[in-house]
Amino acid sequence: MTGKGKRERGKVLLEVRDLHASVEGREILRGIDLTVRAGEVHAIMGPNGSGKSTLAQVLAGHPAYTVTAGRVLYEGHDLLGMAPEARAREGVFLAFQYPVAIRGITNAYFLRSAVNAIRKHKGVEELGPVEFMDALEEKLKAIGWDSSYLSRPVNEGFSGGEKKRNEILQLAVLDPKLAILDETDSGLDIDALKTVAQTVDKLRRPDNATVLVTHYDRILTHIEPDVVHVLAGGRIVKSGGKELARELEEKGYDWLREEAVVT
Amino acid sequence: MSSGIEAQVLQPYKYGFVTDIESETVPPGLSEDVIRLISEKKGEPAWMVDWRLKAYRNWLKSPEPHWANVQYGPIDYQAISYYAAPKQRPKLDSLEQVDPKLLETFEKLGIPIEERKRLAGVAVDAVFDSVSVATTFREELKKHGVIFCAISDAIREYPELVQQYLGSVVPYNDNFFAALNSAVFTDGSFVYVPKGVRCPMELSTYFRINAESTGQFERTLIVADEGSYVSYLEGCSAPVRDENQLHAAVVELVALDRATIKYSTIQNWYPGDEEGRGGIYNFVTKRGACRGRSSKISWTQVETGSAITWKYPGCILQGDDSIGEFYSVAVTNHRQQADTGTKMIHMGKNTRSTIVSKGISAGRGQNTYRGLVKILKGAEHARNYSQCDSMLIGDRCGAHTFPYIDVRNSSAIMEHEASTSKIGEDQIFYAKQRGLSAEDAVSMIVNGFCKEVFKELPMEFAVEAQRLLGISLEGSVG
Repeated sequence: MTGKGKRERGKVLLEVRDLHASVEGREILRGIDLTVRAGEVHAIMGPNGSGKSTLAQVLAGHPAYTVTAGRVLYEGHDLLGMAPEARAREGVFLAFQYPVAIRGITNAYFLRSAVNAIRKHKGVEELGPVEFMDALEEKLKAIGWDSSYLSRPVNEGFSGGEKKRNEILQLAVLDPKLAILDETDSGLDIDALKTVAQTVDKLRRPDNATVLVTHYDRILTHIEPDVVHVLAGGRIVKSGGKELARELEEKGYDWLREEAVVT
Repeated sequence: MSSGIEAQVLQPYKYGFVTDIESETVPPGLSEDVIRLISEKKGEPAWMVDWRLKAYRNWLKSPEPHWANVQYGPIDYQAISYYAAPKQRPKLDSLEQVDPKLLETFEKLGIPIEERKRLAGVAVDAVFDSVSVATTFREELKKHGVIFCAISDAIREYPELVQQYLGSVVPYNDNFFAALNSAVFTDGSFVYVPKGVRCPMELSTYFRINAESTGQFERTLIVADEGSYVSYLEGCSAPVRDENQLHAAVVELVALDRATIKYSTIQNWYPGDEEGRGGIYNFVTKRGACRGRSSKISWTQVETGSAITWKYPGCILQGDDSIGEFYSVAVTNHRQQADTGTKMIHMGKNTRSTIVSKGISAGRGQNTYRGLVKILKGAEHARNYSQCDSMLIGDRCGAHTFPYIDVRNSSAIMEHEASTSKIGEDQIFYAKQRGLSAEDAVSMIVNGFCKEVFKELPMEFAVEAQRLLGISLEGSVG
């Protein structure tokens, strides 16, 4: 269905060119090139410290990172020139590796505020609490939660797995054009992984795209990627089809790291 | 980034207008003659004048307290005018006689007094400078036996009640500012709820300082007789002025057997400008006596205004099984200073107290929690739970906590929790990544932090409290 060569390719959603970024004066990204088209799923793999999460954070606009060179176009617009909230409202979603807790604020309130901020930006009428609940119910079920989730404070007292599920629930509710999942699979047991992966897979459409940042190929058995990239030393050192993921799982990353040094 | 957060919290003061109204002011300065003059203006009986004079003589002998963690220059008590009242004092039973400018002022403050605009279910006593200009629903409350009126009216109309309870919780010689208040207090509210009556509406007093170079010294006395219940709310604001104005109030609460008093404050006095010029000195003594068995007094305060806040609403838990509560949010920004907290004095058996304090500091604000929990010898099986949380916004502000504990009965159970957190860049970013603006993100985080206190406020005012922190958060609190 998706990613099988013959299909007409979607328009370019995200175009990253020679992106360099640093944190606290240390350069982490050293010239990333990446093109993501609508309808595609890209997996970005790589060893610890290769810059995977930095790439995700930079695309979302985290203020701790400084872009030192390169450009990023999102739907043809300069993404780096947009404030983080503007990126979110235009359909860029980051599922955080370490979601933060917000004390005293319920998930229901937080989610509805997010939905309404985006609706307001689009010029669509904001949703009242009742309408919002109706829209939410089905998505809640899909992730395997009941309504007691709604009155709990955002991520407070959540287990690692619950936090990841919460990110995916937010993803499902906000329905972005470009979803970046930062290590969403880590810390999930097999059943939770399956639930999360299925939810993500169901959201695939010809007009949206997903960038999966991951360490392992487990999640890729549930969500089939169109392209797999290997990030090492702040650059993409190899790209290929889904078989590359399996190869990495078997051989590890060392052989690629050596390759990266050579180039 | 943090400057963006600060800008959001440090919103301009919205109630800084001045009402242009002719007022009658007593010349600056304090003496026995001035006190007699004030008393005469209010048509007070002799016992009241005598009490005021005793307080004044005591005040002359007492030192101004300086142990609080706040700094300010000397106050010239002879430069303050102790009485200011709009001319043409209206009769209380007819709003038509109230100067339209006054009605307009209170309406601008969100406290409509006119009959058709009144808040449903809330009776209001509106105090402008030194006098009460109107008390709504007075007659309606009377049908239930509830007395709600200006304290100056109560002194004339219910002298026995006032004489019995005035100064019985905060004596005139309690402290420097309480003595000053006792000598010169002008208006404030009086509430009496008779036996077994559940007050059918929220009672509220709104204090407005308007005149220049005056102080406001209001006095509030609430008595809940056996088995009664009352919920009372106090609000306040003042114009923007370069000078510091003194506000030294006294509030006394008395709860008899099985009575409950819920006292909420939204304090929004002018805080001064960014450089710390002007603003109100809010030096207030508030205390409640749980005199009866199983009585309960609950203080909830949201302190966002004043240049300096010095107040410790407390409970004296005399009756066995009585309960004292203190829920507080104190915000200091710019150069505001707050030294606030509570005193819980356990005397009766099985007395319980709960303290939840949330301090938020921004700008160059300094926020101090100071609390005393005292368990006396006879207080068998007393319990206290204290929780003090501080939140810092930016890196030029300060948070301080001084919990004092004095336990003289070994059966007491004490719990104390404290935390200090900095509003996190990661929290803000998380909310922004979901599409929220920086302002909404900060509002949300701050409100979430204060939620345990806001949920104690009467519904009508919880919204106001959130708005005061720069927020619209409908539905998430409660």
